[in-house]
Amino acid sequence: MTLDSKIPDGPIADKWDNHKFDVKLVNPANKRKFTVIVVGTGLAGASAAASLAELGYDVKIISFHDSPRRAHSIAAQGGINAAKNYKNDGDSVHRLFYDTVKGGDFRAREANVHRLAQVSVNIIDQCAAQGVPFAREYGGMLDNRSFGGAQVSRTFYARGQTGQQLLLGAYQAMMRVVGLGMAELYNRTEMLELVVKDGVACGVVCRNLVSGEVFSLAGHAVVVASGGYGNAFYLSTNAMQSNVTAAWRAHKQGAYFANPCYTQIHPTCIPASDDFQSKLTLMSESLRNDGRIWVPKDSNDARPAHQIPEEDRDYYLERRYPAFGNLVPRDIASRAAKREVDAGRGVGPQKNGVYLDFGAAIDRLGEDVIRDRYDNLFEMYDRITDENPYKMPMRIYPAVHYTMGGLWVDYNLMSNLPGLYVLGEANFSDHGANRLGASALMQGLADGYFVLPYTIGDYLAPLLGKPIVTTSDPAFKAAETKVSEGSKQLLSINGTRSVDDIHRELGKVIWDNCGMARTEQSLTKAISEIPAIRDEFWTNVRVLGSNESMNQSLEKAGRVADFLEFGELMCRDALHRNESCGGHFREEYQTEEGEALRDDENFAYVGAWEWKGVGSDPALHKEQLTFDNVHLATRSYK
Amino acid sequence: MSPANGDAQTTNANMKIKVTVWRQAGPNAQGAFKDYDLDDISPEMSFLEMLDTLNEMLNDRGEEPVAFDHDCREGICGSCGMMIDGVPHGPERGTATCQLHMRKFSSGAHIKIEPFRASSFPINKDLSVDRSAFDRIIESGGYISAPTGTAPDANLIPIPKGVADVSMDAAQCIGCGACVAACPNGAAQLFTSAKLAHLNLMPQGQAERWDRTVNMVDTMESYFGSCTNHGECEAACPKEISIDFIALMNKDFVKAQLKQRRLAGQLFP
Repeated sequence: MTLDSKIPDGPIADKWDNHKFDVKLVNPANKRKFTVIVVGTGLAGASAAASLAELGYDVKIISFHDSPRRAHSIAAQGGINAAKNYKNDGDSVHRLFYDTVKGGDFRAREANVHRLAQVSVNIIDQCAAQGVPFAREYGGMLDNRSFGGAQVSRTFYARGQTGQQLLLGAYQAMMRVVGLGMAELYNRTEMLELVVKDGVACGVVCRNLVSGEVFSLAGHAVVVASGGYGNAFYLSTNAMQSNVTAAWRAHKQGAYFANPCYTQIHPTCIPASDDFQSKLTLMSESLRNDGRIWVPKDSNDARPAHQIPEEDRDYYLERRYPAFGNLVPRDIASRAAKREVDAGRGVGPQKNGVYLDFGAAIDRLGEDVIRDRYDNLFEMYDRITDENPYKMPMRIYPAVHYTMGGLWVDYNLMSNLPGLYVLGEANFSDHGANRLGASALMQGLADGYFVLPYTIGDYLAPLLGKPIVTTSDPAFKAAETKVSEGSKQLLSINGTRSVDDIHRELGKVIWDNCGMARTEQSLTKAISEIPAIRDEFWTNVRVLGSNESMNQSLEKAGRVADFLEFGELMCRDALHRNESCGGHFREEYQTEEGEALRDDENFAYVGAWEWKGVGSDPALHKEQLTFDNVHLATRSYK
Repeated sequence: MSPANGDAQTTNANMKIKVTVWRQAGPNAQGAFKDYDLDDISPEMSFLEMLDTLNEMLNDRGEEPVAFDHDCREGICGSCGMMIDGVPHGPERGTATCQLHMRKFSSGAHIKIEPFRASSFPINKDLSVDRSAFDRIIESGGYISAPTGTAPDANLIPIPKGVADVSMDAAQCIGCGACVAACPNGAAQLFTSAKLAHLNLMPQGQAERWDRTVNMVDTMESYFGSCTNHGECEAACPKEISIDFIALMNKDFVKAQLKQRRLAGQLFP
């Protein structure tokens, strides 16, 4: 099967407008005849659910949380980009587009990125109208800041809780339509199977997480907005329940998984303290605006930070990248930190971090200004480490944060399975091999508010009057049986190891071999080790309790089972991509200065994998990427 | 070397503690307290990591792990929450359970852990409760109706910084339910008033201000108890949301009664 990206014709700036005119429309009176199932209630899912219901579609919303407001978008701290140019500093749609394509290391689809930049301005309008309490200037206008990797101030924010406020805006819009009876919410419900009949997505099978009841929902279209797969690494900044299950089960039904090796390691997280560590905590990248990153020049320097004089400090980012300094993109900042720590210059009790120092900013601006900007982050740091960052520098280290890969989608955000749409972090489309700071919120909301509501009509319009596959169809019954049997199997193994224990083992293999730096050797090793862990899981995991009640071990077991299959694909993708780009850094492919070395000749494509069964080699499909508007160049932030 | 996945040894002496945990198999099952001894708790652990350790131990010995809600473990999603020694989220002020660390307890401590207690938060299992009544309050009016596509340019409505800041103070609520659990009456005034203040203070929120207030207060009262000004909610709130917002809600509620009558033509403006 060839991948048709359905990119509209015409100049890049006109593609989206032309496309909006060309897509088929569904008559307002007919919209209620179409059922759309939305899986996930983060920024992408909640905004899509609200917008589709407002249009009149019959929307069913699935969230595994107790309340949809808890989706992990809520934890995003820093901000959201938009090409408003409110700062009069030379920003434009084209510049945001350019920065995103370049920042993504030329592995994103130009047309999608341009559309993202175009609708970014509408997102801010929409959110402001919903009452999102963005930061304001004294004159009442919206405030902006510059954010990781950008040379213009285009980031809108709400203290250090931008994700929370944007998500609550989308959640409230969604609860409004739920309250008005225009959408139906299934909370504490997990999607465990995508139902496909005759190659078309026609519904989902779910499990009620309180009662254990397995049931089906049928619809004309299924929208998966279930987030990223960072928890394949066990330790990440993702929430504990974030998982790949919805996307992976769709993949196993035929949806292609694109670029799984593109994983973003965020440079500013609190270093791990011990084995019991259950997750890593991110400190917003906005801290890099005022914080200076350094390590002692001498790896044996045991003095506390404040006793180390300027001349004995190495501000290595400022030294190596004078133009961008501490604001280089995430992948570059992360690898630079790894280089220092690997060379033994790490700081802290485990020597596993670098300093992020606010001393100079506090001297220059005063503690009050810094408090105003970052107080909640400083407090959080203090609570976790018992150290006061106003007095001593923070210790930070990179951690897995965001995953650029995801289910393959065309320009309309539909996967290769007709009827299956994929939004937000769950799809692969807009960030290429590396996402810029404050662009995840932008993409989630762009997909949900301003892309899907237009493109879904094109698929639904011709279905008017055609019957849908009902939940009594054998396809649904078979999927329900599969889900019930799956739970039974997990409960019957009764081995000796907990789900977490095996997950931790998997995560370590993936982090060590497919983390910040990868080699052919490490990846081959991981690919040989993961199946053994998978076998161990299926013969020796211990999941207690029953299926007929709330059972968090069972939920987790299902998700880890998927990571055990997915992790292998991630390594295979990383092994096949014989180049370094963005978040995918192969040590064999680097410049003399240690920067990523792309191979545009052979790898300027999207690698979309087709499932062929457990233990079988997946099939690779390629979507060639063309760069007509941003010329292929080596990224340079010097 | 893999610092993020941590091979390192702890340096601080580990603690021995006893926990007494509420165990309840399901919504309608009979519950009971159970004691567990934990001998090797690092002071660097978060409270939830201590519970993870307990659950590993239980799983090892064939006992079902303790169910508790949690997700982001950064104090922002609002999933976690339990009574720790009778206090929602435990002893540290302005801190959600996931951000509470064991260094706040001493070795030898005996900690009592219960689910949030309120009749409007029925127990699902062990420490997990059903807080969907909060969603019902939000859907009754906790929004500004701005269907996608209708928005004017964001800078068309200037909002004084002070207003945006106070609105943000209120909007920080994470919906964890500690305020309800702390209240002797099981009232949800702090939660409801935080959302009302967030929206009612904003210029964009004015069109629906009075209807929103009446609808949300009515819905709140159908699920939760009444406020008698104990102030426990503010003390328990992990985001330290001020009870001043309750005063604002009460004022708006009284005004809304009059406004509604005016709008209905029952009073001269």
